[in-house]
Amino acid sequence: MRTFLSNKRALVGAFILLFYFLMATVGPFVVPLEEEQHPEQAFRPPSWDHPLGTDYLGRDVLAQIVHGSRDVLFVAFLAALFAIAIAVSVGILSGLKGGFVDQVLMTLTNVMLTIPHLPVMMIFAAVFRVRDPFSFASILAFWMWAGLARAVRSQVLSLREREFIQAAQLLKLGTAHIVFKEILPNVMPYAAINFVSMMRGAIVSSVAIMFLGLAPFSATNWGMMLNMATIQTGAIYIPRALSYVLSPLLAIMLLQLGGYFFAHGLEEIFNPRLRAHE
Amino acid sequence: MKILIKRTGVALLTIAVAAFITFIVVQNVPGDPIYEWAMELVQTSGLDFETAYKVAAQMYGYDPNEPLIHRLAVYVKRLLRGNLGYSMIYRASVNEIIAKALPWTAFVVSISLLLSFSLGVVLGTVIAWKRRSFLDPVVTGYASFTAATPDYVTAMLLLLFFAINLKWFPTRGAYDVGLTPGFNLRFIGNVLHHAALPILSFTLEAVGGWALAMKGSAVSVLGEDYIMAAKARGLKDRRIVVSYLARNSILPLITGLAISFGGMFGGSILIETIFNYPGMGWFFSQALTRKDYGMMQGLFLLTIAATIIANLLADLIYARLDPRVRLER
Repeated sequence: MRTFLSNKRALVGAFILLFYFLMATVGPFVVPLEEEQHPEQAFRPPSWDHPLGTDYLGRDVLAQIVHGSRDVLFVAFLAALFAIAIAVSVGILSGLKGGFVDQVLMTLTNVMLTIPHLPVMMIFAAVFRVRDPFSFASILAFWMWAGLARAVRSQVLSLREREFIQAAQLLKLGTAHIVFKEILPNVMPYAAINFVSMMRGAIVSSVAIMFLGLAPFSATNWGMMLNMATIQTGAIYIPRALSYVLSPLLAIMLLQLGGYFFAHGLEEIFNPRLRAHE
Repeated sequence: MKILIKRTGVALLTIAVAAFITFIVVQNVPGDPIYEWAMELVQTSGLDFETAYKVAAQMYGYDPNEPLIHRLAVYVKRLLRGNLGYSMIYRASVNEIIAKALPWTAFVVSISLLLSFSLGVVLGTVIAWKRRSFLDPVVTGYASFTAATPDYVTAMLLLLFFAINLKWFPTRGAYDVGLTPGFNLRFIGNVLHHAALPILSFTLEAVGGWALAMKGSAVSVLGEDYIMAAKARGLKDRRIVVSYLARNSILPLITGLAISFGGMFGGSILIETIFNYPGMGWFFSQALTRKDYGMMQGLFLLTIAATIIANLLADLIYARLDPRVRLER
């Protein structure tokens, strides 16, 4: 904890993430989303009533950003959860079984790593006409697990040679015991550290897919806001509407910075070799 | 030699997997895209429905009433002949569209890669050589900033400020509509003017990463004995940096070069869409949003193939450049 407090990057990152977490959980109750449309009030610059201005139908942009944060974070959270579940299962299976299973799984992992992710995710989203956060997160997760699976596998390979695993094997404690009681607790912290980075990746991809209008199930998602502002309504060409276009962009940027600082701070704390370089 | 065959095998396998994925995905398209197309043909060309359906199916490349295995065989045969499919919205073969779009993307991506790579290498060498200069924290901070911001956010901010508000750059196209392409100064200037912001977004995003990678590599090379020996021999700093430090530190970055080449093709989807730049990425996003499955499939396969071949080449080049890595295990 002391090292955490003394690591300024991790601290700043944690504060930013906390801010977004509050915005996503408490925010929607504080700033209600108005459904009413006031086309005559479209594209208003920031004012006391609308701190971030209004959109093409005269609705409050701040409320959309706040409600959007919930959608964006929820999808990213699910995607990271699914991806880590796949990665840990594949990694442990591959590392423990070895042999043919290992070869097949690792070839598959390499293939997944080589195929550029964003285009595939976009094709899946477009063809399967994603309309809910769960299927959206599954599509994202399906192309996100490969890197972590490889890392987990190499961890398992080194764990397998350690005394406590060999002791468990000698005691014939069974595969289930070795996997869940011995290996998983040693792999999980590593996977948990990757969680923030995974969410960051999922946010970049999900907002990009939403921006192209390929997963139109939430009107307040930042990606949808950008889609509306640039492709659908051309607000980007209206100088008065600057805050409408800028708000989702800056919201993504700040969230990404927070996640980046936090993840790297954690890495510095848990990997003493990085600290030595400072 | 054995490992070379294995690598090529894995590369071919990856391309095959990608082809198979796109095939399966497109086969499972909800609704019958051929039916809609055939109805349109009936209205426009006065064919009867049966014939129109056959014509549409042939252009599209498959007939949904045939068994799956048969369709797969037809698809593979078509691909092996180099036919990437047919675009519904442009009523043209995907090969023709690629012939038009690929040069623009290749132009923008290679210039961006060249600029960001060389600038990053220079910056990285400098901050590794002169530790504690003011440049180090600036470059490191910049690099983490760009690593954290998605490329499309940067691109949109550039578009917003430099193209729309300041009107310094055009907002669409690869060159002005009135201009006839030709090898003259006016046309080349116009092309560069249109490509400037896409190139800038790629370069701004990538340069920090290259600088950090180069710094990391150069710092470890600085610890080598031959650098110490060069210093002891009293060689000029310039010579040590250029011939000993930089040349050896670039090696590990070469693999990254190919990987980021592939990544840039993926990134070009959003950047070209944002700047309305008529390259592969722009056509790909058109295919996605307007549900043109034929074009989607064709462009995707080409992108995958380009990425995988780039990766393979990188491995081979790296093995040639660095005698210690002889592609064996």
